Amino acid sequence: MPTNSVENERWWARFALPTLRTEQGLRSAMNFDDTPQEAAFRETARKWVEAHAPKELEAELSKSSLGRIRLAQHDIVDVGKAWQKKKAEGGWACLHWPREYGGRGATPIERVIWQQEEGVYGKLTQPFQIGEGMCGPTVMAFGTEDAKRRYLPKLASGEEIWCQLFSEPSAGSDVAGLRTRAEKKGDNWVVNGQKIWTSGAHYSDYGLLIARTDPNVPKHKGLTMFFLDMKSPGVEVRPIKQANGMQEFNEVYFTDVVIPDTQRLGAVGEGWSVSLTTLMNERMSIGSRLATGVPEMFEFCSNLMLEDGLAIDDPAVRSKLASWAAKSNGLKYTSYRTISALSKGERPGPENSIGKLVSGMMLQDIATYAMDLQGAAGVLTGSDEETVQGQFQQMLLSSPSMRIAGGTDEILRNIIAERVLGLPGDIRVDKDVPYNKIPTKGR
Amino acid sequence: MNFDFSDDQKQLRDQARKFLAEKCSPKAVRVVLDGKAPYDKELWKGLAGMGFLGVAIPEEFGGAGAGHLELCVIAEEMGRANAPVPFSSTVYLAAEALLIAGSDAQKKKWLPAIASGEAIGTLALFEGKGNPSPKTIKLTATNGVLNGVKKPVADGAIADFAVVAARTGSSGRESDVSLFLVDLKAGGVEVKSLTNLDPTRGQAEITFKDCKAEPLGAAGEGWSILTQVLDRAAVLCAFEQVGGSDRALEMGRDYALDRIAFGRQIGSFQAVKHMLADMYVSATLARSNSYYGAWALSTNAAELPEAAAAARISATQAFQHCAKNNIQVHGGMGFTWEFDCHMYYRRANAMALGLGSLSYWEDRLIDRMRKKNAA
Repeated sequence: MPTNSVENERWWARFALPTLRTEQGLRSAMNFDDTPQEAAFRETARKWVEAHAPKELEAELSKSSLGRIRLAQHDIVDVGKAWQKKKAEGGWACLHWPREYGGRGATPIERVIWQQEEGVYGKLTQPFQIGEGMCGPTVMAFGTEDAKRRYLPKLASGEEIWCQLFSEPSAGSDVAGLRTRAEKKGDNWVVNGQKIWTSGAHYSDYGLLIARTDPNVPKHKGLTMFFLDMKSPGVEVRPIKQANGMQEFNEVYFTDVVIPDTQRLGAVGEGWSVSLTTLMNERMSIGSRLATGVPEMFEFCSNLMLEDGLAIDDPAVRSKLASWAAKSNGLKYTSYRTISALSKGERPGPENSIGKLVSGMMLQDIATYAMDLQGAAGVLTGSDEETVQGQFQQMLLSSPSMRIAGGTDEILRNIIAERVLGLPGDIRVDKDVPYNKIPTKGR
Repeated sequence: MNFDFSDDQKQLRDQARKFLAEKCSPKAVRVVLDGKAPYDKELWKGLAGMGFLGVAIPEEFGGAGAGHLELCVIAEEMGRANAPVPFSSTVYLAAEALLIAGSDAQKKKWLPAIASGEAIGTLALFEGKGNPSPKTIKLTATNGVLNGVKKPVADGAIADFAVVAARTGSSGRESDVSLFLVDLKAGGVEVKSLTNLDPTRGQAEITFKDCKAEPLGAAGEGWSILTQVLDRAAVLCAFEQVGGSDRALEMGRDYALDRIAFGRQIGSFQAVKHMLADMYVSATLARSNSYYGAWALSTNAAELPEAAAAARISATQAFQHCAKNNIQVHGGMGFTWEFDCHMYYRRANAMALGLGSLSYWEDRLIDRMRKKNAA
């Protein structure tokens, strides 16, 4: 030992070395291994998926990226429902939910393991993700016992699909500024107004709706949460043609739609705090891998022949590709840190909130650069060989939505700045103003 | 899975942070910055006393016999404190080269001296401009006698010994390079200090003139040993860079909370908030990549080369980004010598070059990803 080791010996001897060298110390070192219980659970899950998954769809599902699943022969809702039903029968649907509501009572880490084992078939659960991630947890937290037993098992098994009715044409990032009115008439509420960006509204059975019940108080205080039957008279769903030419979102119009008071979630005027529960659950639903475009770009550059050789041998290409790969790896390992915290029974920290912020911008940048490398042919969007069937063109046209849906880049930066770094909230000039006194036009 | 440091390792981190807060204040860093001392000798002794210099050195060679995860923890704190000591040259480069390739006698001679703070070591690799490459090595070794010039050599002016990369062949292949161990206090060595971006860590030019040296590792194995050393050092430096990024982010955040302009805290303006949020994103990506590097390093995994390159890229970008924007958040005050912002700016940009530049590591990452994909 060093000669001047008085402090050294005192310090290491006291706590560090003895425990670091014990078996427990060695086991607590970084590793990617399952605990024996986790390994057993994984084995059970793997065998079940092996025996029950719709293997005929595997190749097609592996190919579809960027969260957009289009199957040649099938409707995603039909095959999704069939898969979800099988899962529910086998005890693998919404598995972190309590058993009495259709779940398995699994731990968060078991849920992550399940997602890993479910693999590409997890893409089939797309129609149910809003229900499982947001609507279900809100009903679980604020619904009556009757409502929970009636609705949650059917949501879990995919028999009934739920959508979320929050955003409005004049209330996007500022969702508390929403206008849709709900007025009390006896034991019922009567709803009038319009929602927008509602994914899956056209095939949903129920919807989670936030509406204004008191316009005379400041905007956050006059809101109430409900759920409603999407087949109720007065509900009209109109698909929106998006900038990328697809139709995935809807507008939903409400004309004198009647909702029984028993379908209210939380107290009258408490809708904002109920919605925060919903959104917090959305953040907790980790494990969903966000597309970054990096694997597609790596493959593209590995095969693209430029004038002087393969694109991947070009220094400028390599530099960009390496930076994107490092970012994408950073996201992956950030999610591993989250899973690790879950595994120890900790609540995931806010670091997981960076995923969409980073991947959305990256998708857009990668698409632009891939087309730059394609040169003049990059303008083509058909099934041309030069553009690898236009995959980056699709990426380019779709990527703006990644930077807006579920919180814009700017809102996410505000969240990081305020909730993680502790910076002051924005100055809100409408904070203490009654809702009906807030100006609605800029000029 | 456990992708986090253990409670003991976190306790070690707290201990190191407390120690450095006390012994390595910005005021202490400034003594070296202002050229009043070549490095902080008291701090160096204190680090030895705490056992930090030999954390990853086995007990039989005078170290604490912990491991690389523990060294990563210390590295992060060294970066956070901007410590003005030859830690990276001695511990990440010289000691690691000895651990990988040293004979028993060489290890016995130098490793205990490193752990006790008695010997400072470094790696003499570069010869002027360019990135690490067998082609850039012109210094010759003939029958164990070195002739040539190395520049820049980190901490070269205060080092007691150096691991020197020398040309021992002319086939144009990697096997032309061999490593040597040189006692810099012996004859045939001339050392000249060079001014550099980050005066808290010196750079030197070392001229070897008919200098006797003993081989480190087998002849012709130099480049393969260096590759391993650089991968390990990339992970360890990444932790320093992560520590520096976090500190720069904190400084910016604290200033944004204190400083009032236009009647409000400047941290209430979105232009400032978003700049800080982006710094947090960079620092988080760097931390996660570095954790993966730490895992690969500590388990000697086959993934180490790829993990090290990704950690290096991510941490280099994060530290440069955070240090640069920390000055921006501070406004004019950030551009004064008096404020500490420039110390991190200097360190970030010097560290970005020390083991080969960003583009060099980007190249390495792509090579390694291709190799993996091809396999």
